[in-house]
Amino acid sequence: MENMVHVFLMGKMYEVPSSLTIMKAIEYAGYQLIRGCGCRNGFCGACATVYRIKGDPELKACLACQTKVEDNMYIAMLPGFPLVKQIYDIEKVRPDETIMMQLYPEIYSCIGCNACTKACPQGLNVMQYIAYAQRGEYEKCAEESFDCVMCGICSSRCPAGISHPQVAMLARRLNGKYIAPKSQHLADRVQEIKEGKFEGMIEDLMGKPLSEIQELYNTREIEK
Amino acid sequence: MAIYTNEMLESMKKVEAARAVNVTLDPRRMTAEEKDTLLKTYHPDYKEGEFTNLQIGPNKGDKVPLELAAILQANPRIDPEKVDLSNPDYDVDVLIIGGGGAGASAAIEANNGGANVMIVTKLRMGDANTMMAEGGIQAADKPNDSPAQHFLDAYGGGHFAAKKELVYKLVTEAPEAIQWLNDLGVEFDKAPDGTMITTHGGGTSRKRMHAAKDYSGAEIMRTLRDEVLNRGIPVVDFTAAIELIKDDKGAVAGAVLLNMETKEILIAKAKTVIIATGGAGRMHYQGFPTSNHYGATADGLVLGYRAGAKLLYPDTLQYHPTGAAFPEQTFGALVTEKVRSPGAMLNNANGEAFMNPLETRDVSAASIIRECSDRGNGVHTPEGVGVWLDTPMIEIKGGEGTIEKRIPAMLRMFAKYDIDIRKEPILVYPTLHYQNGGIDITTDGMSCVENLFVAGEAVGGIHGRNRLMGNSLLDIIVFGRNAGRNAAAKAKDVTVGKLNLDHVSAYKKEMEEAGIHSDIVSPKLLPDYRRHK
Repeated sequence: MENMVHVFLMGKMYEVPSSLTIMKAIEYAGYQLIRGCGCRNGFCGACATVYRIKGDPELKACLACQTKVEDNMYIAMLPGFPLVKQIYDIEKVRPDETIMMQLYPEIYSCIGCNACTKACPQGLNVMQYIAYAQRGEYEKCAEESFDCVMCGICSSRCPAGISHPQVAMLARRLNGKYIAPKSQHLADRVQEIKEGKFEGMIEDLMGKPLSEIQELYNTREIEK
Repeated sequence: MAIYTNEMLESMKKVEAARAVNVTLDPRRMTAEEKDTLLKTYHPDYKEGEFTNLQIGPNKGDKVPLELAAILQANPRIDPEKVDLSNPDYDVDVLIIGGGGAGASAAIEANNGGANVMIVTKLRMGDANTMMAEGGIQAADKPNDSPAQHFLDAYGGGHFAAKKELVYKLVTEAPEAIQWLNDLGVEFDKAPDGTMITTHGGGTSRKRMHAAKDYSGAEIMRTLRDEVLNRGIPVVDFTAAIELIKDDKGAVAGAVLLNMETKEILIAKAKTVIIATGGAGRMHYQGFPTSNHYGATADGLVLGYRAGAKLLYPDTLQYHPTGAAFPEQTFGALVTEKVRSPGAMLNNANGEAFMNPLETRDVSAASIIRECSDRGNGVHTPEGVGVWLDTPMIEIKGGEGTIEKRIPAMLRMFAKYDIDIRKEPILVYPTLHYQNGGIDITTDGMSCVENLFVAGEAVGGIHGRNRLMGNSLLDIIVFGRNAGRNAAAKAKDVTVGKLNLDHVSAYKKEMEEAGIHSDIVSPKLLPDYRRHK
């Protein structure tokens, strides 16, 4: 006999096996998800969820696909939490402090309550990466926010109205494009290909009889 | 939280005891003959009873999985005679169906090409297998490598079945694809001097796997999505395409759309259409669990097939060798190949390193299935069976902290169930991962149906009968951009005629004449995981 627990989905009680994730419990209860379900593996942030355990006043947040149900869990999903995404041209912006001031000035209204960090289902130090963004330290902001799945739970808890995932998104793009060191070998190879350096080599390979290509493949040297 | 059985604990001890010796081993690679026999005996693609021949359509007589045949030879969701096409809700140059990596890349390039482009997607923008690709993206951009070497790996790894001209395009445009992504702001793993950190994947002969930790696909997807939004490209989300529309010249000219929640039917007219609907893991072929996202139900294959598009290699699926086999909550989830790249060994129940961990995916999957079936060397779990992937070896080989630095998503996934992969090995078993086949295209990205382009996992022929790790993220970028550019250019010369759904009516008639009576409708759109009492 499976161990069953009681959960409250948007207020209604259901009895579900204790081994299930919240997402599977919702399906077990009979719902076919359309919103609030994406990759089912903790990468996409579609299933942002808040809950309370009966008797405990603390509001907790999680990804429904990554969290097991508990007895007397009161569950509400936050699909499509409204984040503010500003429009910009990545070719025209520059990785200086003014860009955050222009696009996301509300980050400077952070009151340091740390509710974002406490709520992050990825365990990120959200308030810290916002502090880096305030100071224009985009490399650090990018690193600190890298595992963000943009579920928006941090924003739902923010008294200053900050859209943390979008701030971090901008910081990562600035870092990836402008701050991270350039890859000379990549630029060289793109240029060589443009100049047609490899055309003959591949066409020669493609033109060989199958048996010869097979032989080349089976005996090719593998880099250690 | 994760509760091991005694058998599992005993077996884990054997793995730990053998680690000091195993870490020094480099098991020999199988010969071509050994691989061939292994695949024929153990790979799911060779289980005859799981396939059937299509009775109608462009691939009549061809072998496909039973589950795919059922949705290809099913009823449309609409009555083609009753849909009003006279007042389209949308009228665009390029309509892109699917909001994953291929769709987003196509949208950006179509936008560059000056086209009025629109994306429809049945879930959210970015809900796609791209988001979940962990391992990396291949490109021959190191001095000891070349596009020709990449060609040999990809073509050989796909059992010499790929369309050569598509592989040529894939490998020669790979470095530029990486550069394009980097210029959009994708954060690749780099050394301080800017050199890309590249590793091996199964079946690669050079270290050409570029990554963004083990969030490679997520990093690419969120960047592309951000760029699509910055450009103001309209995204109609939670809206599925359920049928293509043609004009009186027989060219594809739009799609019938369905609002997933309100069930409202909408009509999109377009000069060219790009199918970028992704894969089929949620079809659960042969009852396998899947690493795919919620919407991977082969919709594009159904839409295209009814409109006359030919499929190539629809009978070949990729079972990723290392799906999570334990704990239950992670069952079927992807354990990235990046775990094996830096040296984690596959061990059987006795702690024996039974194979080289960097064979191609089909060979690795078949080898694990053999270990767990005929050889009886699998570890039994409450859900099934599996073999060990000895993750602590990564820390031994790469130094302490390598796991946190290189595969943080894996560390996090198992830590949620109190499994520290730096200290304990994990249990894996093959999971349904990728649709090797799909709609046949030419190098311009178009199918055999006029003005119907295809990009991404919905395409067949780029990877032959088996795809290498890192060639899918690459293919969605290269062929996504290609389809976007060409669909935009083509749209300039198109004048759309009178819209109709005659091909849907004709397909229904063909079904009747073949005596096919189906009680299901397709495309499937979403799997149904509700408990049915």
